[in-house]
Amino acid sequence: MAVNAENLDQVAPGFGARVVDSVRRFFDGDVFYSFRRSPITIIAFVVTMVLFFASFLAPWIAPHNTNDVASLNLMDAELPPAWMEVYGVEGRADFLLGTDNQGRDVLSAIMFGMQISLLVGFASVLLALVFGTILGLISGYVGGRTDAIIMRIADVQLTFPAILIALMIDGIASAVIQGAHGAEVSFVVLILAIAASQWVNFARTVRGSTLVEKNKEYVQAAKVIGIHPIMIMVRHVLPNVTGPVLVIATLSLALAVLTEATLSFLGVGVPVTQPSLGTLIRIGNDFLFSGQWWMTIFPGAALVILVLAVNLLGDWLRDALNPKLR
Amino acid sequence: MFAFIVQRLFQAILVMLAVALVAFSLFQFVGDPINNMVGQDATEEQRDALRERLGLNDPVPIQFAKFVINTAQGEFGVSYRIGQSVDIILADRLPATLELVFVAAILALLFGVPMGVYSGLHRDSILSRLFQTISLIGISLPTFLIGILLILVFGVWLQALPTFGRRGLVDIGGWETGLLTIDGWRSLILPATTLALFQLTLIMRLIRAEMLEVLRTDYIKFARARGLKSRAINYGHALKNTLVPVITIMGLQIGSLLAFSIITETVFQWPGMGLLIIQAIQFVDIPVMSTYLVLIALFFVMINLLVDLLYFVVDPRLRGERGGAH
Repeated sequence: MAVNAENLDQVAPGFGARVVDSVRRFFDGDVFYSFRRSPITIIAFVVTMVLFFASFLAPWIAPHNTNDVASLNLMDAELPPAWMEVYGVEGRADFLLGTDNQGRDVLSAIMFGMQISLLVGFASVLLALVFGTILGLISGYVGGRTDAIIMRIADVQLTFPAILIALMIDGIASAVIQGAHGAEVSFVVLILAIAASQWVNFARTVRGSTLVEKNKEYVQAAKVIGIHPIMIMVRHVLPNVTGPVLVIATLSLALAVLTEATLSFLGVGVPVTQPSLGTLIRIGNDFLFSGQWWMTIFPGAALVILVLAVNLLGDWLRDALNPKLR
Repeated sequence: MFAFIVQRLFQAILVMLAVALVAFSLFQFVGDPINNMVGQDATEEQRDALRERLGLNDPVPIQFAKFVINTAQGEFGVSYRIGQSVDIILADRLPATLELVFVAAILALLFGVPMGVYSGLHRDSILSRLFQTISLIGISLPTFLIGILLILVFGVWLQALPTFGRRGLVDIGGWETGLLTIDGWRSLILPATTLALFQLTLIMRLIRAEMLEVLRTDYIKFARARGLKSRAINYGHALKNTLVPVITIMGLQIGSLLAFSIITETVFQWPGMGLLIIQAIQFVDIPVMSTYLVLIALFFVMINLLVDLLYFVVDPRLRGERGGAH
């Protein structure tokens, strides 16, 4: 944001040159500098990337295809992790983190499960981002009664914990559509429920930034020369709120993954046929007392590592984009 | 101040009516209540008679008005799943949840406030770094995983504490309490710790941040310049001035304790309202769902009202100037 101030009066170069230029500027810029300076952030970034790749490439790189029921063998069930021996059963090298009660490889199940968790997370954050940003822009730019109504709703919603809102929406919606209970439907409901619990954060931030930008001279000037309000919002106000929105989106992703896991753990989230991390933890939880802790603890650890890494990235991004802290 | 309270009350009533409308529409859109109440071989006349008797043939606005009046009088209908009147079920479940939430809140305050104050005053000491690390983990660990970990360690490995259900109950005038027996406390300790941990870290981080903020202000510098004892400054001036935001958050946190008790109760099979609502959602038990919705909304609205009122008590600046204008 602050980095390109001196380039403003240059003649606009071609598209390719512009891309190269902005990439170069990114690596020279403050944000990348603060990234390089923070080892924790680098670790968090690497971990996040590894987890993203591991989960989205799961169909190709997972050691076993856990979605293929035919490949499961009950003889492989309840094996401990490869390096352990529990109740006289030795772990096997091809099931690194052990197997569950149906002979599913826990490691592969985690990779596929994290894919589901991340998909739900990304989808709901994207939805919340789009709706929250639009409502925030309108609220801040139009002001008056529109603003009052949107912000009152946001205030009221903020008094309830997000997890409760997601749970209630999900529970009620599943109750309403109980007849047509396809897997896709419950995914959509889940994503909508999580998004509905998160739009407020985006709307409030965008509104705040919009209020600030609205009174700046360049926006006033744009108004005077008769640019359409929607155009002003999109071209002039929106670019100035991308920073905070990016921060919130990152932190929201962590929160969305947690919310999804919690709902799935409670048994109201994703359908059992497509287990997410939360579902795996719930299924494994039943075997905790018989000493087969690996079915729960490994998916749980994967969830925590993912959420922690994304949270750390979000925290760093917030500090890096905040000019006050430089 | 009076106008402010009236405005808030009005808003609260509006929210309650909106929630009541949602709860009411649940009955309208989900299934046929008659089918849920009569046996399969009831004749058409019997069904019609019941429908007429229940007032289901009335116009919808009248039905809604009746619903609001009934709910306000504590008549919530009959649970589809348990077949008992909802208010009896709730009265049965309420003590379990309230005791859990109460003990968790005390735990969170008892540890969270001193930890926050300490790490705010000595921000660079080893102990406060330890607290910070713990709090980061506490925020990234989802409630259900904390519960599972505690069960694994104290229930399965050490076999020291009971991990499910509520024991050692003593009946005092219809209120079944577990707080009077050792057995009761032993079964309470794991769920309460689980529930408290997240709140504890939140309270700690909040107080720490507020303390750091306040300690930078001019009046603290002046107090130091006047040569006041640092204890008087830290606790008399600094801590006191952190209270306003802390009260807000704590007020809201009590609400979220109630929400998160749903998760804790599911993990520990604690027979409270949270477990009830999860079972109700899974069985599409509309009367229980809608009652829970109304009750929890009422609870949150009351807490918010109380928090608003507490501001006037805590912050003398608000008493004089702030009339109705908001």
